Amino acid sequence: MFRLLIVIISLVLVTSVAAAGTTAPPVLKDLYFGEAFFHALKGDWFDAIARLDTELSLFHGLDEPERDTLYYHINQAEFAVGDFELAYRMHQRVGRAITAVIEGNVDEAIRNEAIFRLARMYFQKDQPLNALFAVERINGDVPAAIRDDLAFLRAQILMANGRFAEAADMLGELQGVKSLEGFSTYNLGIAKLREGKELEGRRFLDRTGQINSKQSLTMAIKDKSNLVLGSKLMAENDFEGAKQVFDRVRLTGPFSNRALLGSGWADASRNRFPRALVPWSLLVNRATTDASVQEAMLAVPYAYGKLNMYSKAALMYGSALEKFNAEVDKLDASIKSIREGHFLRALVREELKQDANWVVRLRKLPQTPETYYLLELMASHDFQESLKNYFDLEALRKKLRTWERDLLAFEEIIEVRRLYYQPRLPAIDRQFQLLDSQMRLRLEQRDRIEERLNDMLIAPRPDYLATSQERIALTRIAFVERKLSTGSIASSGDIEARVRRLRGVLDWNIHTQYDRRFTEAHKHLRDLNHEVDLLNNQYAAFVRTRQAATQSYTGYDDAIRRLRFLIREGSEKVKTLMARQGHQLEVMAANELSRRRERLAEFQIKVRFAMADSYDRATRNQTQERLGQ
Amino acid sequence: MLCWLRMATLMTAVLLLSVAAYGQEISREQIKGLDEQVQEVKTDILAIAAELNQLEEMLLYPSNTQIALFVSVAGGETFRLDSVEIQLGGKPVAHHIYTFKELEALQKGGVQRIYTGNIRTGVHDLQVSVMGKVVKGSEFQITERFMVNKEVGPKIVEISLTDKSINLKDD
Repeated sequence: MFRLLIVIISLVLVTSVAAAGTTAPPVLKDLYFGEAFFHALKGDWFDAIARLDTELSLFHGLDEPERDTLYYHINQAEFAVGDFELAYRMHQRVGRAITAVIEGNVDEAIRNEAIFRLARMYFQKDQPLNALFAVERINGDVPAAIRDDLAFLRAQILMANGRFAEAADMLGELQGVKSLEGFSTYNLGIAKLREGKELEGRRFLDRTGQINSKQSLTMAIKDKSNLVLGSKLMAENDFEGAKQVFDRVRLTGPFSNRALLGSGWADASRNRFPRALVPWSLLVNRATTDASVQEAMLAVPYAYGKLNMYSKAALMYGSALEKFNAEVDKLDASIKSIREGHFLRALVREELKQDANWVVRLRKLPQTPETYYLLELMASHDFQESLKNYFDLEALRKKLRTWERDLLAFEEIIEVRRLYYQPRLPAIDRQFQLLDSQMRLRLEQRDRIEERLNDMLIAPRPDYLATSQERIALTRIAFVERKLSTGSIASSGDIEARVRRLRGVLDWNIHTQYDRRFTEAHKHLRDLNHEVDLLNNQYAAFVRTRQAATQSYTGYDDAIRRLRFLIREGSEKVKTLMARQGHQLEVMAANELSRRRERLAEFQIKVRFAMADSYDRATRNQTQERLGQ
Repeated sequence: MLCWLRMATLMTAVLLLSVAAYGQEISREQIKGLDEQVQEVKTDILAIAAELNQLEEMLLYPSNTQIALFVSVAGGETFRLDSVEIQLGGKPVAHHIYTFKELEALQKGGVQRIYTGNIRTGVHDLQVSVMGKVVKGSEFQITERFMVNKEVGPKIVEISLTDKSINLKDD
């Protein structure tokens, strides 16, 4: 029984990864996209959406998005964010995201898949007409992976819109599909019944009820089908048929208690009380909190009474009464516990979330309600959605609280940086300005040299490549020549010849070594360029570091103020919504427990009456026996 | 007596088919209305999360010094990953012990950002140690050293794991 409860609640409450169809791309180009999947595959939908939202928003803000790594995954990313939002139950946003894909410039297959998802979402949100409009827009190429699911969804949508004949036709074509085994036949049966084709409908329910499969979900739909068919037969007094159908339900499945009860009633209705006692006796030993078990606790003594075993019946009624009294007390305590807020406080306890058996653990905590009585309620769609919302709100509340603390830490970091940089930066800037002007001067020199060397390629100028010693010597020679020409010094043929020889030697060297010098000059320029590159890199690195230094403590005030405001506003909204959502849950739970309590109270009255009646009959029988003796 | 038993039978039949009918006192409209408000608040808070992510990145990991290390499990690998330990420039920067859910997420193609931090431009020593267990086999421990070259832009490094090797993919 425990396992059964866990299965039901697990199905209800654990956010299914598979449900969102989450599949990471086989070849991953963008690691941040992969990170979003990592969160999603763990079931952390909020983090997955936040990551992918950030990536998509950065991507759409790029001038050249085709150069970004997300470009390779963009279609899948748009779908994935929709999937994640669906799993996080943000249907309004999913609708917008998928509609954007549909209206975008995409392939027919992608467009059809997007419409399929949109239609599925409308169907899940109980908007069958919107789902129908959406699904009718699908035409042309449909990806093979969703072809059967689409046909099944289309049939379900048609059924939800009352178009049973069309749905039945569609489901008829899906009968051979392995992945839909059981579900297609069951739905076909229901569609036929609704269409008014009673016999055909029953035939398909009957067929579903005889399926053999290793899939637990297929076996569950098989059990459900038998239960529905059995109930119909019972209502029509076909007890023989009902018995056969009820007996096909597995003894360990989620529908077994109801089937055992029905099976007993099918026998009892034909006055086969010894046979009715077989399933009922099995049932009464199961969890007392189950409605079918409680009913069986009345049915078993009733059957004994019918078999004239009044003493045994009276004793069993007595035992049932004791158990009912205990259960009523338990229910009273549970209702009180809910009204005092213990239920909600227990629901959000961290240690429960680490345990798959949390429902069982919950009932063991002090002052918490008897969760067994809430299982059916917990399995209902409305309660599930409300409970998941409550869990999500609690998670958001914690996130907002953490973020508020983060902002304080950010402010502290900024202040520490300000205290460090602010007194140092003016001196650094002054020194930098000095170095900057020196650097500019040198770079201008370099540019001039390059320009001159380039000109020399067209018009050679050996004098430009004279060494400093040669230039000094030439200046001196020119000086001596001027003196000689003006007569400032005594001229002699010997001196003039020496001067001419010296100039000749220098000119010879400068002209004959020109090519080598020119090559060397270019080599030196290349070496200089390398040094200039290093200098420029260092310059750029310094500028970046300098900017980063300023940016590390300035320009955050507005953003932090704004975020703090948003976080506080969000916290207030979450607090209000949590209170309202919690109240809804409490009302639903308390109502459910009250309903079960009222039922038990009715049982108590009936059992007292039946017990008294059985005692009377037992006493009368004993008296008659004694008189007979 | 038979009358109430029949009633009970019918009630059971009704219960079989209408589990979702409980909690009628709270109307569907009320539930739907509140659900829509919850969705709106989720949207608001996701927007805050995105803004906060950007602020955090700007403040704590400026692009010129940012390095992000990601861990992935190579396709088709089914070994049990127990832990990953990373040293950057000789200093331990990340140590992660994997839960079953995390391992499953990695095996299905998810990528874990194990570390985001700041380093100077230039070449840095990266040491990765992995502990795990081969399916139906023995436990293993691998340590590999790599050199990572950090340039001006953000540095993104993927550490891809198999049960025999650690491979580094960087941009």
